Amino acid sequence: MLRLIRGFEELALGLVKSGAIPGGIHPYIGQEAVAVGVCSALGPADRLTSTHRGHGHVLARGAAPHRMLAELLGRVDGLNAGRGGSMHAADLSLGILGANGIVGAGAPIAVGAAWAAQQARLAQQAQLAQQAQQAQQAQLAQDDRGSHGHLPVAVAFFGDGALNQGVLLESLNLAAMWRLPVLFVCENNGYATTLPAATAVAGSATGRAAAFGIPVEEVDGMDTEAVRAAALRAVRRARDGDGPGFLECRTYRYEGHHTMERRMKLRYRTPAEVEAWRDRDPLPRAAALLDPATAAGLDRSVAEQLAAAEEFALASEHPDPAGALDHLYADGLRPRPGVTP
Amino acid sequence: MTRLSYTKALNRALADELAADPAVCVFGEDIGVGLAGPTLGLLDRFGPGRIVDTPLSEQAFTAMAVGAALAGRRPVLEFQIPSLLFLVFEQLVNQAHKFSLMTGGQAAVPLTCLVPGSGSRDGWAGQHSDHPYSLFAHAGIKTVVPATPTDAYGLLRSAIRDPDPVVVFAPAAALPVRETVTWDLAPVPLGRARIHRPGTDVTVVAVGHLVHDALAVAEEVAADVSVEVLDPRTLYPLDRAALAASLERTGRLVVFDDSNRSCGFGAEVLATAAEELRLIAPPRRITRPDGAVLPFAPALDRAVQPGREQLRHALYGVMKHH
Repeated sequence: MLRLIRGFEELALGLVKSGAIPGGIHPYIGQEAVAVGVCSALGPADRLTSTHRGHGHVLARGAAPHRMLAELLGRVDGLNAGRGGSMHAADLSLGILGANGIVGAGAPIAVGAAWAAQQARLAQQAQLAQQAQQAQQAQLAQDDRGSHGHLPVAVAFFGDGALNQGVLLESLNLAAMWRLPVLFVCENNGYATTLPAATAVAGSATGRAAAFGIPVEEVDGMDTEAVRAAALRAVRRARDGDGPGFLECRTYRYEGHHTMERRMKLRYRTPAEVEAWRDRDPLPRAAALLDPATAAGLDRSVAEQLAAAEEFALASEHPDPAGALDHLYADGLRPRPGVTP
Repeated sequence: MTRLSYTKALNRALADELAADPAVCVFGEDIGVGLAGPTLGLLDRFGPGRIVDTPLSEQAFTAMAVGAALAGRRPVLEFQIPSLLFLVFEQLVNQAHKFSLMTGGQAAVPLTCLVPGSGSRDGWAGQHSDHPYSLFAHAGIKTVVPATPTDAYGLLRSAIRDPDPVVVFAPAAALPVRETVTWDLAPVPLGRARIHRPGTDVTVVAVGHLVHDALAVAEEVAADVSVEVLDPRTLYPLDRAALAASLERTGRLVVFDDSNRSCGFGAEVLATAAEELRLIAPPRRITRPDGAVLPFAPALDRAVQPGREQLRHALYGVMKHH
């Protein structure tokens, strides 16, 4: 999966450069261990909200790469039928409640999904207890009481920039107050666009979450296994009804904030800094755990998968402009056109 | 037969939808005790899993409702103060409203915002007296402003059942309205206007509480002018067919609208009529002034709200054209 995300992003960078992908992307390259480690800890009923830099989360959660790529290209076979693009990619069937273009905005959406999951479980328990009572099987209710039992969890991915959004802090409070099954994952890549986290975040990321009584962990975000282990710990607690967890994953993006940066020569970090992080790249670390033949086999299979994805996505049709406002309303309401007929 | 108050109508609509559909839940501040009225008694009947008293975190609980809606719930949000809608414009316009299109139709966000006490509340001053329904209509969010208890009941039920976000404004000045009703109240479909009084000379499109002022003025001038009072009820999507049919009868138009003037709902009705319909007199609109902020002192507050005298003047004005 690490390789798939890396390869996908490299492919996408080429398609941005060729002009095939409109508007550009926020490349995830360098941060793959976070998405892969966290998503590997999830089960089928879990949900997540993602960010403007969301390709890794969406792919790691299992979205089809060929449909994801078609979405970036704005084609009809894209995950969102070409209506969302890079910043809004979603696959509701996999519990992916969308990448999101507004920093911090996904976190309270995840909290709401977790609330719904918790309430559904409580309602189920109440029903069970009632049935048990009616059948005079007190033991059945007894066994189930006191544990939420494998609650579905919701993961909120966000960056260090979101730490300064009020709505994120409100979300931490609500999740903690109501012991909701949420995993907050702060991908601290050191920069909010160009602003260094060191000049933007007073105190610390984990300190903020800890202030709400949320268990926190700082994790090496370049180490997939470490992220996975920490995520599993937090997910287990959340599933058992012990409330939210917060991971700060220290990571780095090798590319700019957005592909438009490639033309701009902005000076906010040094080449030496980028190189130092590249030395800690998660891919070789993961490859070292495999025998060389297996690793080579994986490389081949990812290359084949991506070649097929590219072929599929480029062959997919462009949407018909007559349907530009399709899906604006779930009830099919057609808005008035912009000119008087 | 019973006397039904506007607030009780909202309360009954909420209770009936909560009883009809276990997915319906309510989020808001002080809703457990029913401070604003519409949620009175609901906590006892439906429990804290469905009547959720929230901390003062409007942005988070509004986005939470989006997440809960994506997970299959049908949340209603109560906002005590109309101006709180400015805080959650991001969550409603940029998130809830955009999800269906942005996901290519994968997601629906069936949430309802209820504002009991919108517009001026006499003496609550600048930050509690806004009536921002035009903003939501402009953004494309379904926007409802019921004038009467039966419409409040019926439109709120339809709003909750609707698969898209809907904002329901209950004007403070309409809350004292009471109606004699039968017990079998029914949902009122969104997007349908109501003619409160038929007439042949002038169509007055009146919004929310101003419907009652329009009816009073229509009665006063009945000897001189035959006024048709059209209540759009849903401002977006607007019932343009009803507007067209009414103007077909009258050919003259006055809009009575508690929005700010520039880019307000009244401006849209006038533009629609000018572009698409037949008018025999230049239309008028009576609104709040451009960019109005309601001042505190009662006489100043009233001075910037649309009033009956202005409507009377406008009616005689449009009648000069034959």
